[in-house]
Amino acid sequence: METIVWAEPVTYINHRHSVASWLLTYDHKRIGILYLIVVTAAFFLGGLMATLIRLELATPSGDLLSADVYNRLFTMHGVTMVFFVLVPAVPAVLGNFVMPLMIGAKDVAFPKLNLLSWYIFTIGFIFTIVSMVLGGVDTGWTFYTPYSTQGSESHVLITGIGVFITGFSSILTGLNFMVTIHRMRAPGLTWFRLPLFIWALYATSLVMVLGTPVIAITLLMLVLERGLHLGIFDPRLGGDPVLFQHLFWFYSHPAVYIMILPPMGVISEVIACFSRKNVFGYSFVAFSSLAIAVFGFLVWAHHLFVAGISPYSALIFSFLSFAVAIPSAVKTFNWTATLYEGAIWWKTPMFFVFGFLGLFLIGGLTGLFLASLGLDVHLTDTYFVVAHFHYIMVGGAIMGYFAGLHYWWPKMTGRMYNDTLGKFAALLIFVGFNLTFGPQFILGYLGMPRRYHVYPPEFQVLNVLSSAGASILAVGYVLPALYFLYSLKFGEEAGANPWKATGLEWTTQSPPLPENFRTTPVVTEGAYSYSKREMKVA
Amino acid sequence: MFSGFSLFPAQASSLAPEIDNLYLGVITITGFFAVLVVVCITYFAIKYRDPTGDKVGAPITGSVPLELGWSLIPFFIAIGIFVWAAVVFFHIVRAPDQTLDIYSTGKRWMWRFQHIDGQIEINELHVPVGRAVRVVFTSEDVLHDLFIPAFRVKADAVPGRYSAIWFEPTKVGEYHLFCAEYCGTRHSGMIGTVYVMEQADYQAWLGGGATAGGSLLQRGEALFTQLACVTCHLPDGTGRGPSLEGLYGSQVTLDNGAVVTADESYLRESILLSQAKTVKGYERLMPTFQGLINEDGVAALIEYIKSLQPTGNRVASAR
Repeated sequence: METIVWAEPVTYINHRHSVASWLLTYDHKRIGILYLIVVTAAFFLGGLMATLIRLELATPSGDLLSADVYNRLFTMHGVTMVFFVLVPAVPAVLGNFVMPLMIGAKDVAFPKLNLLSWYIFTIGFIFTIVSMVLGGVDTGWTFYTPYSTQGSESHVLITGIGVFITGFSSILTGLNFMVTIHRMRAPGLTWFRLPLFIWALYATSLVMVLGTPVIAITLLMLVLERGLHLGIFDPRLGGDPVLFQHLFWFYSHPAVYIMILPPMGVISEVIACFSRKNVFGYSFVAFSSLAIAVFGFLVWAHHLFVAGISPYSALIFSFLSFAVAIPSAVKTFNWTATLYEGAIWWKTPMFFVFGFLGLFLIGGLTGLFLASLGLDVHLTDTYFVVAHFHYIMVGGAIMGYFAGLHYWWPKMTGRMYNDTLGKFAALLIFVGFNLTFGPQFILGYLGMPRRYHVYPPEFQVLNVLSSAGASILAVGYVLPALYFLYSLKFGEEAGANPWKATGLEWTTQSPPLPENFRTTPVVTEGAYSYSKREMKVA
Repeated sequence: MFSGFSLFPAQASSLAPEIDNLYLGVITITGFFAVLVVVCITYFAIKYRDPTGDKVGAPITGSVPLELGWSLIPFFIAIGIFVWAAVVFFHIVRAPDQTLDIYSTGKRWMWRFQHIDGQIEINELHVPVGRAVRVVFTSEDVLHDLFIPAFRVKADAVPGRYSAIWFEPTKVGEYHLFCAEYCGTRHSGMIGTVYVMEQADYQAWLGGGATAGGSLLQRGEALFTQLACVTCHLPDGTGRGPSLEGLYGSQVTLDNGAVVTADESYLRESILLSQAKTVKGYERLMPTFQGLINEDGVAALIEYIKSLQPTGNRVASAR
């Protein structure tokens, strides 16, 4: 460490250069970057489809796109964003890159399996792209039967198989993360010294491993039903179309927690760093992640309140849906309390955290409206639902992903991006987001159904507001792509720890060594021991 | 662009005010917490700002009383909202005893309504003001959903079974009727209008409406003979099938010991999928009528079965 090295230091980026060295890498950091590339491509593809949807909805008549094209666009937007952006964004991109660094490990437990996960994911994505090129799928991302098995004339089989394949990537990543967190923590890194991001990833991995096989089986049944007409979901053959909805949501509701738990973990990391404090109520935040993961499996039928389930079972699912809201509320209160008497450093990642808190708050609270049986009858299948889940999944999950990306970018690339532009992007996204999705709550209560290509003219004012907001949002999302790319070549050198953060990932160089650490670190204190540190300019 | 613009939907059913009150109540409660959290975050973010990034925050790690407080207080408030909303929900799903029944079928991409007196309408529904109306409906193809925002009611139309919504219109006028469950290409074109009419206007409309082959009851009676139901379902119970007199609304014991209520869904299933449920003491002899009878015919048969009373008196149901 005392020797002065004049040559450029060896990093995971520059130690090998060939394309093959990237495509055949077992290095969790390189695999994280590979995921980043595919997820970013999927994000802009899904965003492009959203742009076309909002353009079409600027007028009540169907003047830009035909009904069939519109239906395919919102379906592919949903499929792309859910399965290829929201589910993998934080765990597969950020989790892969920083999780082993954060626990002081050289890699994940099964590096080859990790690379296989990326290939499975990418093959699944290619299937989806192929179905798009062939003409797309028009069932909605929910694939409800009997439309998906008998009604639709679009490429349900290819998309279904694509999503089925992608599921295995989730299962393997979840398995890999669980084993890594159990077995590969650095000496002294006990469970209650773990960063909360690791707790969140652990809870997410549980859901991935237990939930994803159910969607895989469900999609397989769908494919068999469509291909061979077995009659599982066909009432004329004694099947039940509502059975599909139970099976679908048994995964797809917990999947919401796959999307939101890891960003919640990111928020804990960033808020601690930029408040220079412990996360308030560490163990409550950690256990609330596990509580959400477990209770998240018991609320699926709240998507079915008007689908023909018994009113008494609706009663139970409504109650459990209220119950699952409590751990999320606990987290929000703890994050707020963390700010109290902090030393709050206003940097870009913290701006994204402020944005997350505001949007997640609205998303979470509007979930209570939908958990309320008497309101859900009127609100379900309207734009209120569309607004609610975008507040959670885009306002919450994507905002958290961006917070994490801005927080760990200097670690991943060794470069700083422009902080002013970063803050400006966070502000644009926050304002644009609220303008896009805020009016949709009102539209929903007015009764505008979702998935409508044309709509009655009295809904136009709010739709125009929404489309205007979407254009601001689009600028907000393109901006980070530009300054991130710019920073790669022209950004300031970040140094090992530009945020003066605690956490093992900040003790190694940026970008990290291929093997992460020269010597395995030994941990002697809990995460976020800011108050014991002397903060000096790096 | 601004014509007809509003921020709140028309309130046109007896249930709508109840649901709107719940909505405003939940807005108030959640709004309070939203403002509380946003004010705290904004205040802390400004008050404790450190532009240098060199200072350290206070060594606070947590507080168990605070954790318990902000877990339990929201939990009890959540239970309060849950109970309130559940009460409203049961008002929505439980129709009153006396309703004006209308049968409906959703299919891509239209709604067909069949009145007791035989009138048939497509994408239009005429109902009298101040009278509890129940729409019993199914789908002929994929999932649909009958949604009338001004009444705050909706339910999915599921092939193979009956769903029902009920409402009591309180305001004369024209209201939207939407399909709210995605059903393919022209999903957004599967819309219609509900006409709420004064009692007298409604009677006049009924008189002028087209009645294809008489009232539902008459058509049901004709079908009952035509399909030879009458040869097994003898009124005195001595036939190969159980007597249907007084069946509607009664409790039926099945051969597997289960007890079910003989509602429209049960009758529909017993006609179309006759092997699904067999009454205790009878053999599984009844053929399936799936494919032999359409949804209109099923509705007519059900109306006829509803009219069969134990005394032998036939009364038009639900009038």
